[in-house]
Amino acid sequence: MIELDVNGTTHRLEVEGDTPLLWVLREQLGLTGTKYGCGIAACGACTVLLDGEAARSCAVTAEAVAGRRVTTIEAIEAHPVGRRVVEAWVEHQAPQCGYCQSGQVMAATALLAAVPKPSAAQIRDAMTNICRCGTYNAVARAIGAAAEAG
Amino acid sequence: MHRATPANLSRRGLLGAGLVLGLAIPVRAPHAQASAAAALRHATRVAAYLRIAPDGTIHLQNPFVEGGQGIDSAVAQIVAEELDADPARFVVACAPPGEAYRVMQGGNARFTGGSLSVRSSFAHFRTLGATARAMLVEAAAARLDAPASTLSTGAGRVLHASSGRAIDYADLAEAAAALAPPAGAPLKDPARFRVIGRPLPRLDVRARSTGRVAYAIDVKVEGMLLAAVLHAPRAGAQPAAVTNEDALRALPGVHSVHRLPGAVAVLADTWWRAKSAVAQAQVAWAALQGPVMEADFDAAAMLGRLKAAAGTPGNTAEEAGDLRTAMAGAARVIEAEYDAPYLAHAQMEPPSATARFAADGTLDVWVPNQAPDLFRASAARAAGIEEAKVRLHSPPLGGFFGRHFAYGSANAHTQAILLARTASRPVKVIWSREEEFARDAYRPLSFATFRAGLDPSGEVVALQASGYGEGPVTRHFGAARLGSPPVDGSVMEGLTGKPYRFAAKRMEFVPVPHPPGVNLGFWRSVGHSMNDFFLESFLDEVAHAAGRDPLGFRLALLSWSERHRALLQEVAALSGGWRPGPFTAEDGTRRARGLAMASPFGSEVATIAEVSVRDGEVVVHDLWIAIDPGRAVNPRTIAEQVESAAALGLSAALAEEVVFARGEVATRNFDTYRVLRRDCMPRVHVRIVDSGAPMGGVGEPGTPGVAPAVANAVFALTGQRLRSMPFGKARLAGP
Repeated sequence: MIELDVNGTTHRLEVEGDTPLLWVLREQLGLTGTKYGCGIAACGACTVLLDGEAARSCAVTAEAVAGRRVTTIEAIEAHPVGRRVVEAWVEHQAPQCGYCQSGQVMAATALLAAVPKPSAAQIRDAMTNICRCGTYNAVARAIGAAAEAG
Repeated sequence: MHRATPANLSRRGLLGAGLVLGLAIPVRAPHAQASAAAALRHATRVAAYLRIAPDGTIHLQNPFVEGGQGIDSAVAQIVAEELDADPARFVVACAPPGEAYRVMQGGNARFTGGSLSVRSSFAHFRTLGATARAMLVEAAAARLDAPASTLSTGAGRVLHASSGRAIDYADLAEAAAALAPPAGAPLKDPARFRVIGRPLPRLDVRARSTGRVAYAIDVKVEGMLLAAVLHAPRAGAQPAAVTNEDALRALPGVHSVHRLPGAVAVLADTWWRAKSAVAQAQVAWAALQGPVMEADFDAAAMLGRLKAAAGTPGNTAEEAGDLRTAMAGAARVIEAEYDAPYLAHAQMEPPSATARFAADGTLDVWVPNQAPDLFRASAARAAGIEEAKVRLHSPPLGGFFGRHFAYGSANAHTQAILLARTASRPVKVIWSREEEFARDAYRPLSFATFRAGLDPSGEVVALQASGYGEGPVTRHFGAARLGSPPVDGSVMEGLTGKPYRFAAKRMEFVPVPHPPGVNLGFWRSVGHSMNDFFLESFLDEVAHAAGRDPLGFRLALLSWSERHRALLQEVAALSGGWRPGPFTAEDGTRRARGLAMASPFGSEVATIAEVSVRDGEVVVHDLWIAIDPGRAVNPRTIAEQVESAAALGLSAALAEEVVFARGEVATRNFDTYRVLRRDCMPRVHVRIVDSGAPMGGVGEPGTPGVAPAVANAVFALTGQRLRSMPFGKARLAGP
């Protein structure tokens, strides 16, 4: 039995402790907004917030997050910074296929929560998520706009 | 623990069906749209496409599948124009299979690809919108007891100007739906378009920003089992036995273990448990069958085979003048060879498929696909039932770039169907990223040779190019479908179809097969993805040898075409004026610019890249891209698509390469298959030229010009000529 705090709700789950958080979210909790892309923490599609910081949920086990706050894309509009990030994403029409964008939005939210006015270098270092549609410039514009709005 | 009967599915269904592909891509793409009447075969079938809900939402069935390219929004925009409705009120879904949605090739085909969606359906959707509008007006005329000729429409309402009365479409929808669609509903004068041509926002952007789009991988069906598969290390091997099957079945959540064609599968209550179990499977692989991979295969060996064919006379794909005489009379002959590697699609959503048999023998299948009718046929074959008993669902795609055509064993739905039948439960198969990289249908490794003859003044008097290999067209349509003489357009496009005029030229296709175990696929911009790099780089070599400027050289070869000359001037102006360099930038780096053109999918593109070199690698700072798609439906989406396509082109130019080792794919995830990341993304400046030419495509044309523009810039900067992709293999000298 593992106890997880996800989006403010505590869940008690029968799951092997070494199950990646990603698959607990997607399969046990039905939170499919968090995406599977690579399974090796290389692409960032599965990014969630752990105690407010960006983490790649495919590479974090369920037992390792017990007692920590997990925030997923499903709760992003209840997050004060996340809400602003989403508005900027919509305004700048950042997503194309959208598959990587949950992770992009979570990573951007973590960045702006920690660094309200990030430099280009800070954006580059924090935003390492892969987008195969090549929306990197639109994402950067959206982050800039969200920072401005903060 | 459930104990399933050990099942060997490997000889059933799939082996026979795996090569029956039935791709609908034309073997030689038509240059113009089909005749107007044929294109409109289904354009008045309003009920099949449109439903206006009581709340005013306009539900539209789209023959094309949305995968980020904005096609849902584009078709809504076209219909909204003629319907006089607000495009933001549309909710668009991918239509089920069926004749009514075959809007391509004279009303006979349906697929999402070839950058064909908007241009193949523009007239269809205009007519559909106009027909629906006429029905709403007729319904309003009856309601108001006024002649239809006294009514007008606007903003989702029918208006009776003389009485000031207005009725919302939503209130007329039911009555209008009962009317027969009229023939010949009048279309707007394009000069009066208010919706088409505007940079409207795309639909669903908020859902795509908040994780609320349900892709195939997210499909959930009551009672389903999850399947993870492990393909044979080397394609063609079949699973003779899973020797630790009992141990696997004892693992948490595991339902059963199965042998499939070329793979084993574990079914479990969650995918993670299935994957954990299948990763431990001890499989005795045997009996090479079906498309087989050679035991010692690697890409270098394949490139060697292509190079060994260099100089072999090929089948003429394009010809002008008397090449032999012109070449013999040339004062100088320039020669070069170029190559490009196998590429994976690497779309962000890994493949999946869900299959559910109902008690009545019908079958539901959810699978990422670019051609619902063909996937329905494929699903029916795999299930051994009639097509009419298959409901094929086409969820939005988490990227595609050509990945989701029917490529036989590269698609997951046959596995899901076999497993669902055997388990008597709904089954969702998900391929891990590693399985996906190992069983994608790859952009073929490619090779081309060039010869140019110059006269004493440096004019090109003869150009000869040969493309070697096998393309996805040969692989999936068969050599018999290549015409006479046989020419594989997916090997040759980009060597052919160029606008430059030469007194004598010949482009030849030299067939050289890839191993059957290497599946071949259509990759964004297909043959253009390598051939425009090859030819536009070679042209730069020729210009240099002739002592000519790359822009002036191209302008001279295009003296006949105002459209192409204007496009070149446009991209030069966009970049602040043509300056190849080298020059010193404000940050002190030495930089240069390169130029390339491409004529893909009915559009014309000119690209300029600005580069520097750092630590032996090229850094691309800016891309300026001018595209002439003839006419723009949504310039914002076009600019986004051009930038997206350019990013993919740059990704391939710099880093992408599928590596095979001893017949197995060695690049199995994003750690070894390198794709473009943010830190290498340049600024991209796009200009759209509305020339009024016949409408071209927009999804792919931004890709092919990038690699040659970058390579030509690298040459201008360093004097090093890049003739092999990806460029990351080469160590560049600092300027």
